[in-house]
Amino acid sequence: MNETIKTKVLVVGGGPGGYVAAIRAGQLGLDTVLVEADRLGGTCLIRGCIPSKALIHVASKFEELSRHASDDALGIRLSEAPVLNLAESQRWKSGVVDKLNVGVGSLLRKAKVRTLQGWATFLDAKTCSVKTANGDITVQAEHVILANGSVPVELPNLPFGGAVMSSTEVLSLQELPKQLVVVGAGYIGLELGIAFARLGSRVTFVEAGPRILPLYDTQMTKPVEQWLKKHGIAVHLNARAKGLSESSVLTVENGSGPLDIPYDKILVTVGRAPSTNGWGLENMAVDMNGRWVKIDDQCRTSMRNVWAIGDLVGEPMLAHKASAQGEMVAEIIAGHRRSFDPVAIAAVCFTEPEIVGAGLSPDEAKAAGIEIKVATFPFAANGRSLTMEAGVDGGFVRVTARADNHLVLGLHAVGAHASELSGEFALALEMGARIEDLAGTIHVHPTMSEALPEAALATLGRAIHA
Amino acid sequence: MGQYAFKLPDIGEGIAEAEIACWRVAVGDLVEEDQPLVDVLTEKAAVEIPSPVTGRVIQLNGQEGDKVAIGSIVVLIEVEGAGSVVQQSSEIPKVEQPLPEPVLTLSPAPTTRPVQTSAPSSASAAFVATVPRAAGEKPIATPAVRRRAQELGILLSYVHGTGEAGRITHEDLDKFASRGAVGSAPLSSARKQREAVHDIKIIGLRRKIAEAMQRSKQRIPHFAYVEEIDVTALEDVRAQLNATRRSDRPKLTLLPFLVEALVKALPDFPAMNARFDDEAGVVHRYEPVHVGIATQTPNGLVVPVVRHAESRDLWDTATEISRLAETARAGKGTRDELSGSTITISSLGPIGGIMTTPVINAPEVSIIGVNKIFDKLVLRDGQVIVRRCMNLSSSFDHRVIDGWDAANFIQRVRTLLENPASLLVG
Repeated sequence: MNETIKTKVLVVGGGPGGYVAAIRAGQLGLDTVLVEADRLGGTCLIRGCIPSKALIHVASKFEELSRHASDDALGIRLSEAPVLNLAESQRWKSGVVDKLNVGVGSLLRKAKVRTLQGWATFLDAKTCSVKTANGDITVQAEHVILANGSVPVELPNLPFGGAVMSSTEVLSLQELPKQLVVVGAGYIGLELGIAFARLGSRVTFVEAGPRILPLYDTQMTKPVEQWLKKHGIAVHLNARAKGLSESSVLTVENGSGPLDIPYDKILVTVGRAPSTNGWGLENMAVDMNGRWVKIDDQCRTSMRNVWAIGDLVGEPMLAHKASAQGEMVAEIIAGHRRSFDPVAIAAVCFTEPEIVGAGLSPDEAKAAGIEIKVATFPFAANGRSLTMEAGVDGGFVRVTARADNHLVLGLHAVGAHASELSGEFALALEMGARIEDLAGTIHVHPTMSEALPEAALATLGRAIHA
Repeated sequence: MGQYAFKLPDIGEGIAEAEIACWRVAVGDLVEEDQPLVDVLTEKAAVEIPSPVTGRVIQLNGQEGDKVAIGSIVVLIEVEGAGSVVQQSSEIPKVEQPLPEPVLTLSPAPTTRPVQTSAPSSASAAFVATVPRAAGEKPIATPAVRRRAQELGILLSYVHGTGEAGRITHEDLDKFASRGAVGSAPLSSARKQREAVHDIKIIGLRRKIAEAMQRSKQRIPHFAYVEEIDVTALEDVRAQLNATRRSDRPKLTLLPFLVEALVKALPDFPAMNARFDDEAGVVHRYEPVHVGIATQTPNGLVVPVVRHAESRDLWDTATEISRLAETARAGKGTRDELSGSTITISSLGPIGGIMTTPVINAPEVSIIGVNKIFDKLVLRDGQVIVRRCMNLSSSFDHRVIDGWDAANFIQRVRTLLENPASLLVG
C-alpha cells in the first residue's frame, strides 16, 4: 500500500512543540497532519519532564518517610523503615505518563488533526514518506513544521549501552542501583542524581567544568551545593571520565591523578543535541545555524513555508518554549501576524532545593552595561516556608531591577517549592513590572510568595521583615 | 527681513528641560529648513532638533552642557523676505529660565505659509512618537499590547510609551495607530499632516483588469525586447496620405501602419500570432490576424479587436480602429468586439514615453508597444542629419518563444516600417 496524503500543514514530531502546533493549526481550521514515530508527548512527556518529576516525587516521599522512621521529627514516628519497590513506582509513573499521552491524542482528535504513527523521511522540503505499520504513506504539504526535538549527547569513551545509560533509560530503571555515577552536573544530571540519592543509591557526580549548574550564578547554586555536601554526595569537579575498566570501576581524571569510582550504573547527562540526522533534513535545503536549524523571529527556515521550532532550533531547550513557538507558527500560517518576542522564558531546576529563574541575573545585567539594584529576601524569614520545614535550605528570592526606572529585569529564587513562583516571575517580567509594582501587590499571607514583595522592597532598602 | 525665534520644542517624556549636547550651527551660518540646529540630551536620549525655517543664525542662547528649559528661545534666525514672523520685542530673554510666551505678530504682508512659533501642538505631538529610545533598548509593553501591535503591523520601537518607566499602554498604541505613519511630517512645519485613507473597492471592469494582469504576470515568464525604428520615411508617407485623404476617411495614426507591418511579417513568424493553452499544453497558431488594440476608456483598459486584419487595407484598418475605439470608450463594445485577439498592440498615444514593457494579453504570446517619436541626430555618410525615431517595445511568452526568434520577428517589423513602400504594396 502506498497512500498519498495532501495537506495544508504537516507537523513532524509529537512533542510539546509539535502537538501544540498541530492542535492550534486544527483549531484555526487548517488541514493538519501530525507524524510521530514513538508515542505522542515527545521527550517531555515520555522520557523527560513528566517521568522525571514523577520519580522525584517518589524520591521525596520516600526520603521523608525514611526520616520519620529514624527520628520523631514533627512528632511523627514510623515503627518501621519504608520499603521501596522501584518497579511498582515505575508502574505508577507509567500510569501518569499514559494518562497524559492519551490526553494529547484526544486533544489532537478534537482539533481534527490526523495523526500518523511512523518515521517520517523527507524527500524534499514539502514531501515526506512515513513508514507506518500499514505501509508507506507519502505526505505532501503546503507548510511543514519541523519539531523533531533533541537526543541525549553521547560521550565517545562512554557509549550508551550496558551500564552506561542516558536519562531515558534511567527513568525506567526497575531496580535501584546501589552505586550510581552521574557524568555531567547540569540540571538533568543533578535532578536525577539527587532523586536516586534520596531513594537510597550512593551517588557520585563527575563534572568536567569548575562548578555545578553552570547556567546559574553561584549565588543561586550555593544551596544545592550545601544540600549535596550535607548528604555526603561526592562531586568531582574539573574531572573527566576516562572509561570503564573491567571491574565495574569508572576511571576519572581530575588533575590530581586518576580516580577510580565504583558503579552499578553510569548516567551520562552531558547535554542534548538537536535531532538532525536520519529524517532527510539534508534533502530540504534549509540553512543551519551551527548544529541547529536556522530560523528567524517567526520560526521561518530559509526554505519557504518550512518552519522549525523547539529543541531543533536552539537554546533554551525547554518544552514551554517549543509550545509557544508551535502555537505562534500555526497562527502565522493561518494568516495572523506574530513574532516570537518574549521578555523572558522562565526555567526551573527540580533539584534539592529547587531553582527558578526568569530574565537577567545581576551579572548578565551588568555585562549588558545596565546599572542595577539587587536584593534578596531569605525564605528563613518567611512564615509559610518555616511551617513547611522549607526555611532551612538557604533559599531566597532575588530581584534584579534597573537602577534608573526600577524596571524589573530578572527574578530568581532557590528553595524548596520555589518552582511554583515561576508563573508570577514570568508574568511580572512580561507585564513590564517595576519594583514598585511587585512591592505594591498584596500577596497572601502566609505563602512563600510573600518573599517577592519583600525582596522588591529590599532593593529600595526598606524590606519589612528583614 | 524678519526674525524667527526658535524655541526648544516639547520633546515629550514629561521633561521640563534638556541639556545642549552639541551646536550644529554657528552665528552667521545660513540654515535650511530641516537642517539640524542643535542636539539636546534628555534623560533617555539624544535628540536632533532641526530648523523649521530657512535663514541666517543671528544668535545662539546657551553653551554646550547648559540646561535649557522647554519653550525657551534657543536660536534666533533672520528669515528672508517680507511676510515672515517678526518678533516685536527686540530683547531676547535670557535662557536657563522658563520664558513667558514672546509676543509674535504677523508683519503687514502675510506669508502664504506662516511659520509656527506658538507652543507646539499637533506637530510636536507627532514628534513625541519619533523620539528614539536609547539604542538597543527594548520597548516595554505587556504581551497583549505586543500582540496587538504585531497584528496592526506596528513596530513598538516607534511608539511613545506614557506608562511607568516608559511602558507602552493600549492607549498609546491606539493613539499611534490612529495617527497613521509617523515620521513623515517635518518637525515644526506649519503644513498639516493628512490622515485620511480612502478605501477603493476593486470591482467591475477594474477587477477584471486586475485579474487578467495578475494571471498574465503570474503565469507568463515575460521577456521584453526594445528596438529603435527610424520612422522618418513612414512619417513622411503618413503626412502625405493624411494631407490628401478623402473626407470620409479617418486621419491615419501610426497604428494602422503597424498593423500592416504585423500582417506582412506574421506569415513568416507563425509562432508570434498564437494563443497558448498552457493547461492543455497546446499552442494554437492562427492564420487569421486578429489584432487587439489596447484602448484607454474612462473605466479602464479594454482591448477591442480588429478582426481579420490580413483582409483589410490601410484605410479599412484605420477606420475599424477608430470605430472600435469610440465604441469601447462609450462602453458599448460587444463581446465579439472585445475578445478573440491573437496578438495585441499597446500604445500610450501622444504621451508615448521612451520605453514600455507591455504585459501580454493572455493567452496570447506576444504584444507590441508603441512609444513616442523623437528627433534624433544621426551620423550618416559623414553628415549629421535629423531623423525621426521611435522605440518599439515588445514582450513575449518565454515558455514558447525564444529570444532569437522574437528578435528576428521585430527586426522584420522594423524593416517593414522603415521602408513604408513595402507596406503599401500587395
